[in-house]
Amino acid sequence: MRHLLSTADLAREEAIVLLDTAEDMADVADREVKKLPTLRGRTVVNLFFEDSTRTRVSFEVAAKRLSADVINFAAKGSSVSKGESLKDTAQTLAAMGADAVVIRHSASGAAQVLAGSGWIDAAVVNAGDGTHEHPTQALLDAFTIRRRLHGAGSRGRDLDGVTVTIVGDVLHSRVARSNLWLLTALGASVRFVAPATLLPIGIGAWPVETLHDLDVAIDDAPDVLMMLRIQTERMHAAFFPNEREYAREWGLDDARLGRLPATTMVMHPGPMNRGLEISSAAADSAASTVLEQVANGVSIRMSVLYHLLAATGEAS
Amino acid sequence: MVARAVLQAPDITRALTRIAHEIVEQSKGADDLVLLGIPTRGVVLARRLHAILAEIAPGAAEVGALDVTMYRDDLSRQPTRAPAPTQIPAAGIDGRTVVLVDDVLYSGRTIRAALDALSDLGRPTAVRLAVLVDRGHRELPIRADFVGKNLPSSTSERINVHLTEIDERDEVTIE
Repeated sequence: MRHLLSTADLAREEAIVLLDTAEDMADVADREVKKLPTLRGRTVVNLFFEDSTRTRVSFEVAAKRLSADVINFAAKGSSVSKGESLKDTAQTLAAMGADAVVIRHSASGAAQVLAGSGWIDAAVVNAGDGTHEHPTQALLDAFTIRRRLHGAGSRGRDLDGVTVTIVGDVLHSRVARSNLWLLTALGASVRFVAPATLLPIGIGAWPVETLHDLDVAIDDAPDVLMMLRIQTERMHAAFFPNEREYAREWGLDDARLGRLPATTMVMHPGPMNRGLEISSAAADSAASTVLEQVANGVSIRMSVLYHLLAATGEAS
Repeated sequence: MVARAVLQAPDITRALTRIAHEIVEQSKGADDLVLLGIPTRGVVLARRLHAILAEIAPGAAEVGALDVTMYRDDLSRQPTRAPAPTQIPAAGIDGRTVVLVDDVLYSGRTIRAALDALSDLGRPTAVRLAVLVDRGHRELPIRADFVGKNLPSSTSERINVHLTEIDERDEVTIE
C-alpha cells in the first residue's frame, strides 16, 4: 500500500489486515508507556484545508504514539490565505522532507491529485476530500462494529451478514461513500435512508438499497444504525423544508430509539447536531458508539500510518 | 538443496524438558516466572515449556506472547509485516523474571527488539533467553541462557522449525 485515498481501492484482505493491526495498536493505549518507536525519524504533515478537530487531533496522536514527528498545517494562517496553490504548498512540504501527508480538502479528489502529481514523494492519506471519501473514518467505523460484535475475538473476522443502515445526508457525505465501499467489501449489507433530495444521482449503480422512510428501516431491526451529520456548511440549496421537519422525518428521536432492539448500535461520525439528526438521549445511550469511535480512530490511524510508512524510508 | 532433518519430534520434546528443568534449577524453584514467546513459533514453544513447568513446579510460571514487530530495526528494509498480538499476564512483568522464548537465535536483532519492547511494558527483575536452536552468526552482544541445540551453520543455509500446532509436524531441518 503506497497511499490511502479511497476505501474502494481496499481489498477485503487488506482491510482485515488494517483492522487487525489496529487491534494491536489499541493495546498500546492501555500500557504504561503509550508509545512505540516504530516511525522514529519520520515526519508526518497534517495538511488541513478544512476545519476539523477530531480527525486532525486523532492523526496527530496516532503519529506521535508511533514516535513520528508531526507538523500541523492549517490553511488558515498559512500562505494558502495569500493565494498559494496546492502544488506550491506540496513542493514546499516535499522540500522539508515530509514522509507522509495527511490531507483534508474541500475539493473532491484533492488527495488523488496530490498522490498522482509527482510534486511530492510522500505517502498520501486522504483525511476527507469534499464529498468524495473519508477512508480512515470508514475503517474506524468497521473496527468499532467488529469490536462490539466480537469483542476480544475480533482478529481476522469480517462483517459477513451484518446489516448497516446509514441515515441522512448521503448526497454530501464522504463518510457514507467510504463506508459503503468498505463495509460491502467486508461482507456487510448496507442500506441508505434519506430524503430523495439528499441522495446522489446515479446511486442505482451502487451496491446499496435506498429507502426514504426511516420508520420502515427501524422496524427491520438493523445491526447498525449510522446517523450522518446534516452538513450546514454544504447546504446551499433547499434540500428539505426546515430543520424541524428533517428531525421529525429522518432524525433518531427518543421514540425511534425505544423501538430499536437493544443490540443495535447507534453510530455517528461526529460532530453531532443534537436534536437534529440524533437526540441527546440516543447520543448518550448505551447503544451509542460515538466515544468508542473517537478512541478507535487513533488505533486505526496508527495502523494506517504504520502500513504506509514502516516499509518506506532508506530502502525506497 | 535437500532439507536435512537435524531434530525430530522426540529430540524437540527432550530439549524442551531439559530447558524447563534448567529454568527451574537456575531460578531456584520457579515462583515468579513469566514465559514470553516471540511470535510465531516462539509462542508455541513458550506454551509447551509452560506445560512442562506446570508438572515440575506447579503454579510457578505464567505464559504470554511478546510481539516485537514495532520495535524491529529492519522494518524499512522489508515488506510491511502485520504485527501479532502481545499477551502479557494480568499481573504484569514488574519485579518478576521474564524468560523470552524463541525458535531460532541468529543475528540477535529480534531479541534486541524484544528487550526494547519489554522496557516499555515494565521492569522485570531479570530477563533470560531460551531458544530451541542457536545457529550462531550474532551481530549483537546477545547470548541465550537456555539452548535446545547448538547448530553451527553457514549464512547461506536455512533453518526451518516446524511445530505441530502450526505446521502439523515437529521437526527442525537445515537446507
